[in-house]
Amino acid sequence: MNTPQPLLTVENLTVDFHAASGAFRAVDDVTFHVDSGETLVILGESGSGKSVSASAVMGLIDTPPGEIVSGRISYRGTDVTRMSEDKRLAFNGSKVAIIFQDPLSHLNPVYTVGWQLAETYEVHGKARGAEARRLSIEALRRVGIPDPESRIDWYPHQFSGGQRQRIMIGMAIALGPELLIADEPTTALDVSVQAQILDLLKELQREEGLAIVMITHDLEVAANMADRVIVMNAGKIVEQGIAKDVFADPQHAYTKRLMSALPDEADYRDGKSSGESEPILEVRDLSKTFLLSPGLLRPPKSLRAVDSVNFDLKAGETLGIVGESGSGKSTIAKMLLRLTDATSGEALFHGKDIFRMNPKELMKFRRRVQMVFQDPFSSMNPRMSVFSIISEPWSIHSDILEKSRWRERVIELLGLVGLRAEHADRFPHQFSGGQRQRIAIARALACDPELIICDEAVSALDVSIQMQIIDLLADLRDRLGLAYIFITHDLPIVRGFADRILVMQSGQTVELQRTEEIFRRPQRPYTQMLINASPRPKWEQSNAAHA
Amino acid sequence: MTILKKSVDGATPKAERQAGPFRLVFRDGLAASAVAFLVFVTLCAVFGPILIGDLATTPNFRARNQEPFDLSMGAAYFLGADTLGRSLLARLVVGARNTLGIAAAAVIVSLMLGGILGLIAGYSRGRLSGLILRLADVIMSFPSLLLALIVLYSLGPSITTLILVLAITRIPIYLRTMRAEVLEVRERMFVSAATALGANHRRIVFRHIAPMVIPTMLTIGAIDFATVVLAESSLSFLGLGIQSPQFTWGSMVATGRGYLATAWWVAFWPGLMILLTTLSLNILSTWWRTYSDPHQRWRLELTRRLQRRIQR
Amino acid sequence: MFKFVFRRSTQSIGAIIALLVLVFFLARLTGDPAYLYLPLDSTDAQRQAFNALHGYDDPIYVQFFRYLGDLTQLDFGMALSRNRPAMEVALEAFPETLKLAAIAMALALVAALVVGSLAAARPGGLFDRLATTSSLAGASAPDFWVAIVAILIFAVSLGVLPTSGTGTALHWVMPIGVLMLRPFGLLTQVVRGSMVGVLSQPYIKTARAKGVGRRRIIFVHALRNALLPVITVAGDLTASLVNGAVVVETIFGWPGIGKLMIDAIVQRDFALIQSTILITAIAIFLMNILIDLIYAAVDPRIRHQQA
Repeated sequence: MNTPQPLLTVENLTVDFHAASGAFRAVDDVTFHVDSGETLVILGESGSGKSVSASAVMGLIDTPPGEIVSGRISYRGTDVTRMSEDKRLAFNGSKVAIIFQDPLSHLNPVYTVGWQLAETYEVHGKARGAEARRLSIEALRRVGIPDPESRIDWYPHQFSGGQRQRIMIGMAIALGPELLIADEPTTALDVSVQAQILDLLKELQREEGLAIVMITHDLEVAANMADRVIVMNAGKIVEQGIAKDVFADPQHAYTKRLMSALPDEADYRDGKSSGESEPILEVRDLSKTFLLSPGLLRPPKSLRAVDSVNFDLKAGETLGIVGESGSGKSTIAKMLLRLTDATSGEALFHGKDIFRMNPKELMKFRRRVQMVFQDPFSSMNPRMSVFSIISEPWSIHSDILEKSRWRERVIELLGLVGLRAEHADRFPHQFSGGQRQRIAIARALACDPELIICDEAVSALDVSIQMQIIDLLADLRDRLGLAYIFITHDLPIVRGFADRILVMQSGQTVELQRTEEIFRRPQRPYTQMLINASPRPKWEQSNAAHA
Repeated sequence: MTILKKSVDGATPKAERQAGPFRLVFRDGLAASAVAFLVFVTLCAVFGPILIGDLATTPNFRARNQEPFDLSMGAAYFLGADTLGRSLLARLVVGARNTLGIAAAAVIVSLMLGGILGLIAGYSRGRLSGLILRLADVIMSFPSLLLALIVLYSLGPSITTLILVLAITRIPIYLRTMRAEVLEVRERMFVSAATALGANHRRIVFRHIAPMVIPTMLTIGAIDFATVVLAESSLSFLGLGIQSPQFTWGSMVATGRGYLATAWWVAFWPGLMILLTTLSLNILSTWWRTYSDPHQRWRLELTRRLQRRIQR
Repeated sequence: MFKFVFRRSTQSIGAIIALLVLVFFLARLTGDPAYLYLPLDSTDAQRQAFNALHGYDDPIYVQFFRYLGDLTQLDFGMALSRNRPAMEVALEAFPETLKLAAIAMALALVAALVVGSLAAARPGGLFDRLATTSSLAGASAPDFWVAIVAILIFAVSLGVLPTSGTGTALHWVMPIGVLMLRPFGLLTQVVRGSMVGVLSQPYIKTARAKGVGRRRIIFVHALRNALLPVITVAGDLTASLVNGAVVVETIFGWPGIGKLMIDAIVQRDFALIQSTILITAIAIFLMNILIDLIYAAVDPRIRHQQA
């Protein structure tokens, strides 16, 4: 692997961003190199400076407000930071190319993908007109876009997220660069799509001998792709080395902390509390149809978001509902909370259909069923204090608690979720994501509910916090006898938490089984795919063929 | 090591102290002068008329068509006098009170009416919402000046009708902004959370939605003030706004129009005041847009010298 | 797309009808036209005869239904002040305004696109500061005052331009200059703002990473995206251009529809008020449809919305 001259070297790079509060050092004396054909992963949190280093290589830092204070970036011995404008234009795209997170916003919305691809050939003088178009079709075919001859005239918004990232990759490798920088390329994608994109990158690397610099915050993706790893924190490199060594035996305290956030293999929960008791919730043939574009002349199209879903829930039981985006899992949550109406079917809460409740019954129902939403940033009114947020249920249902005891009870609830009394008078923006989710849980507990519906309640949080919140929910379940419906796109996360799991795809039930059965003996291919889609470390891959 | 877990992301962002708008506005010379001018004009409008007494309406035959920049008659005649010898400076001060007062009243009325209608249109999704929007379309798609002319002419000009007419022509701005904001806020998670807790409509509207949208509405109101000043001036200039003996800057220009060849200053000063007032307001609103855009704010925060040093 | 235009059309036609109703009743509130059209010493009997002749003595709803009935036969009534069919008078004046407005708008748009784009290319630079200040001044200036000052300078003092009226090419200079001032100011602001915003979009970064040059980025990648809000604002400006036309035509004695409308209101010429307003409303309505079509041509996302 040690070639005499590396492809790219970055030496002592320091980048500042200026603001009224002073200069912010985004990258601080960073030195690394990339060899031909290898994959270097730069791992770090947001704000660690990992993306800024990559932008510096491409000359994409806006100056001002950015400033490259010092450092040298050389590509095959040439300093690229001191390139003339013309040389820079010829260099970008042909020698080094880059792909980004969120491909939709990185593609120009008013031009077809074919136009944008062909432009790459044209501005570099490689081909024009019909020839550029032919090459563009080839590039699309290369990255696995079906029917490229007609899709080439589509606009970016007409493709799916995964396809857009494929198009970005196709555009990046169009001129056969030697180095591809991939800046969080799979972040907003579903796990199955993420796996496909990572496979595509590896395949291209094998065939073209491409070097890849992969920037990510995701430990699994990092382990899956990396030959070598650089760990960055607060603008500095804290650790670097061969991927396997860094993951297995981290040296720096920060890296150790990162790695320890990986959950242990937990024991399955065996639903002991849900033996013989009557179900509190029975969902029968629940369906939701959305009407799309009610046409004047054409028959209206409709989308079956939820299609005849059935399940029961006993007191104290936890049901995990797992599916990718568009599987209808969140629509189920909305219907069960009566935030949207069901198209057909029923949901019996203690034998009473929640879709046919009169206002009085509904108010009673709302006290007994609570929710915790995905995004703790938006699920709380930013202008209300924590005290008003948690006490809001009592001002709505005036008979729960007399006003003089509110403060006492808020403090008690804050203690229950691991926060302190003085937090009551602060506002949501003063808390971290995990703390906000604790506040949301405290609000859910305020009216002593029987059932809490958690819709992606931990997916916006980082991994160590995710486990803390799930531990808190499990602890509360045991102490207060709560039942949960826990909705997530992330199958492994409910492994030690749910009694049973409902796997959904395109609005339909794929499988409903005890958790252990799902993981040990998945019956359906889709479930197996979900279990296996989590990227596996490169050093454990059987066909670990690389340069 | 088989299940590696996601995301090491999400460290709490450092609570960075942002430079407040008041400190930043004084770094920009143009914006600072705009603020200074507006403060000065507002003070004149509020306290000026008390100080100058009835100077604005007292004819002084010795000062007839007095030219500006001549101090022989005293400082009050520094900007000259009109054909009746009334001090233009004093008339500008009184005109400021009328001009700004009418515009402020119109902005407040249209903000309230438009806000309420927009709230209804955004929150209820029924027929009423559609009807309100059509109403806004009718007002929007027709030249506001003509509508105002017709209404003023049929109801007869008075300060109340003038304020009402100005308010009505500006309602669509507030209505649409409010509706768009409400539509956005009502889809936010915390509104769903409140609904799931059992909150009724009144609680959701007043406790959750209104506090979120009011700041935007006030910003729009401040920006729209300039437009209303111009609209009032045009109406008064055309003779359908304020009626003598009362006057605003717009009607002062109309009065002076007849003496262009002999006493240009009579029409010139009030128009200049209108221009400076609306210009200051527009400079500030442009400045505010840059300030409130996180992508652009650094332009205000960095000194020019630093920006030039970095630019290579 | 066609459905979109269709929906817009039905909405606008509804709006025009609502406007006609409003104007019909408001115009009747302005007072009795007989006092204006008969000599001051006319008797009550004469006035009654006058009103009976023109149908002004009927209850107002009867008048309204008669008006609607006449409309269906394209009879827009007589312009009392000129003793000619009202629509004929209005249609005569309309092209004068259209010419004025179209030239002013075209000049304002071209100037705004050039000045705004150049200002956005280097935000904070000298040109940007000059362009921003002058366009703000354009948007802020009271047009009637600018017209008067222009007359003062170019007609009264220098004597190079005619004060008012039509005829020579020189007659066009001041009306167009004053009329384009506000559209130019507003549009330059919009072009600059939207261009600055677009230039910070992620897809511009992609283009730079591909090796696309700066000029091509501004005029090919950014401009087309930046045009979208410009088109919207240009559409909204159509109505306010008529505002400007009223003032400009009044001051410069331009025989257009704006001046005609003011005259009609002052003379309580109901049929003429209604005809001028109908024509203006239809023109604005056609303009809106045109704007929608241009918008759809520029932005593919609109085209596919219904697909």
